[in-house]
Amino acid sequence: MRHTLAVLVDNKPGVLSRVSGLFSRRGFNIESLAVGMTEDPEISRMTIVVRGDDRVLAQVTSQLGKLIDVISVCDIPSSESVDRELVLIKVSADATTRSEIMQIVDIFRAKIIDVGTETLIIEVTGDRGKVGAIERMLKRFGIRELVRTGMVAMNRNTKTVNGGDA
Amino acid sequence: MTDTWVPDHILYLVKGRVFQLKRRKRTVTDATISGAKALIECLRDERVDTIFGYPGGALLPLYDELYDADIRHILVRHEQGAAHAADGYARATGKVGVCLATSGPGATNLVTGIANAYMDSIPVVAITGQVPTPLIGNDAFQEADITGITLPITKHNYLIKDVNDLPRIVKEAFFIASTGRPGPVLIDLPKDITTDELEFKYPETVHLRGYHPDINIDKDAVRRAASMMMQAERPIIYAGGGVIISNTSSELLKLAETINAPVTTTLLGIGAFPQSHPLSLGMLGMHGTRYANYAVQESDLLIAIGARFDDRVTGKIDAFAAQAKVIHIDIDPAEIGKNVRVDLPVIGDAREVLRLLLSYLREKQSKSGAWLEKIDAWKKEYPLQYQQSDTVIKPQYVIQEIHRACPDAIIVTEVGQNQMWAAQYFQYEQPRTFITSGGLGTMGYGFPAAMGAKVGCPDRTVIDIAGDGSFQMTSQELATVVKNDICVVVAILNNGYLGMVRQWQELFFDRRYSHTELTQSVDFVKLAEAYGAIGIRAEKPSEVPSAISEALAADRAVIIDFVVDPTENVFPMVPAGAAINEILEPEVTA
Repeated sequence: MRHTLAVLVDNKPGVLSRVSGLFSRRGFNIESLAVGMTEDPEISRMTIVVRGDDRVLAQVTSQLGKLIDVISVCDIPSSESVDRELVLIKVSADATTRSEIMQIVDIFRAKIIDVGTETLIIEVTGDRGKVGAIERMLKRFGIRELVRTGMVAMNRNTKTVNGGDA
Repeated sequence: MTDTWVPDHILYLVKGRVFQLKRRKRTVTDATISGAKALIECLRDERVDTIFGYPGGALLPLYDELYDADIRHILVRHEQGAAHAADGYARATGKVGVCLATSGPGATNLVTGIANAYMDSIPVVAITGQVPTPLIGNDAFQEADITGITLPITKHNYLIKDVNDLPRIVKEAFFIASTGRPGPVLIDLPKDITTDELEFKYPETVHLRGYHPDINIDKDAVRRAASMMMQAERPIIYAGGGVIISNTSSELLKLAETINAPVTTTLLGIGAFPQSHPLSLGMLGMHGTRYANYAVQESDLLIAIGARFDDRVTGKIDAFAAQAKVIHIDIDPAEIGKNVRVDLPVIGDAREVLRLLLSYLREKQSKSGAWLEKIDAWKKEYPLQYQQSDTVIKPQYVIQEIHRACPDAIIVTEVGQNQMWAAQYFQYEQPRTFITSGGLGTMGYGFPAAMGAKVGCPDRTVIDIAGDGSFQMTSQELATVVKNDICVVVAILNNGYLGMVRQWQELFFDRRYSHTELTQSVDFVKLAEAYGAIGIRAEKPSEVPSAISEALAADRAVIIDFVVDPTENVFPMVPAGAAINEILEPEVTA
């Protein structure tokens, strides 16, 4: 089972290696990890997608919580949250295929951000399902390169991971 | 504030030492002191009376300050000795142990000791020198990324990059090491930070956003625990090192007597409950008593306090206490459900939880009477036993004789058979009287840890129960104990083998004793004498009592070389992976 964790950490050097080191040492599998500064510049937020049953999740959460630089760990249930990932896809495109690819891009509300004689770079933002679908659609044209930011997620409504809940 | 220029390359003598001053610009005011001096001030504010350390290039400015500081510095002969000594000091006194080593190899030599303290939750602050900050990352001489190396074996670690952070970091380090679930904290101190100047003020409080060791105990959970204890017919308390760390022995005794539950302890929990008490079952697990293991397996309520269900305790995990409901009292939420299912977790400091629990409990009368009778029958039927001999010294006999001669000693052990016999055949009545490397199982731990324990508790008799293999791993500290008048006794159970490995080879590897024989490797009496310690050898059972009394009367460190039966094994024994009631034991004839 897949879980999304929002982890608030002190924005200090070395914190990422403490977190990733913990995952490798304890044998937890990270599916994706995205990190960046929050509204408070002293705090960074990591969004970690991890696979495992409830027992693994409980261990991950409590072991993370023991790191001194970790301020809080929240499980973000997919039913009560939105999640997004940004993906750049460099796909082969010549005169014969370009218009078809552009149609697909339109349908998925993605963007073409670079055009070359043999390739297009497409920017897609979406949840796991949408990103997977466009990737499948573009595969037959030849995906030359693909990079993803990793999932970021946020609770719906007024609920926040830093304690606010109305 | 004035800018002072110091002339180029002037040599001068102070107290017989040669100083070379290099041309450098320093901004000095009356209010500023160097990082090195600030560190000494911090240690004083933390009431550190002793440091175990070893100097080196990166630490020269700090050692210069230590030269006339009123902190006792004990110069070890290998940095591993410093780390274990700080650990032994911490276990014996309950205070934070401090060790100090230079950059690079000095720091990496601490690693085993730090890992050892981490596994057993021991408060240690390790301070390491580091190359100057501009050189970090350049593969400079004696550079090692010690914060990276110790990331998974410290509770937390720091690299100081600005001298103004030094007081705060030292304050946090001691706070983190000694609160919550204790553990080692490392501070990496670049050389230029020790000479940089700062306006010193030691912070009074610690503010860490991500660390709050004060836990609000869930009173409902404690109430439920109380009611489960009142209802249980076959309760058993399984007490670990956490009981000792949180100084909860007297509350544990009250709890056991109130609910009439027998108490078994882990290896690290030895001393948490008086072993002469009728409710004491001794140690459980792989080399635990039969009656402790049987009682766990037949119990209907297992009350774990400050213990972590280690594989050496549980054996086959699915079969462990299979009929019991499990209450787990621990300060570390990550231990709950890590290894076994728990019916009722109670998170908090053991002492506070037990005090609360006792306020909810009333005296329990008869409910577990039949249970205690059954356990007493097991105790009578399956006592710890070995085959005594008139001709060859049995290691168990040595331990019993040491107990007879000095029942209130602090016993420290190495790792292996010596450790298990010391756990089984000495009778421990008080916490902090049994000091051993549990989680990491570090051979070579005992002797330097004994040194640290003796420094922390100079009025106590401290005896290291050693094996001939383990002792040779850190025997160089003989120089340290002699030089510093640290009167410890090392009782070597010399069987000429790496005995515990040999035992496994005998039982599980067709007696193929691959590379475990150590016979005739060293004359321990001469070794002791070479260092200026006293060496005594005992080869016959009749010589054992006099060797012990001679050692206890000595005014110097002593090694007793007990030449013991090389074929003796540690029993009872639960083979690895078996359930803890599947016990191997040889026949003992009367």
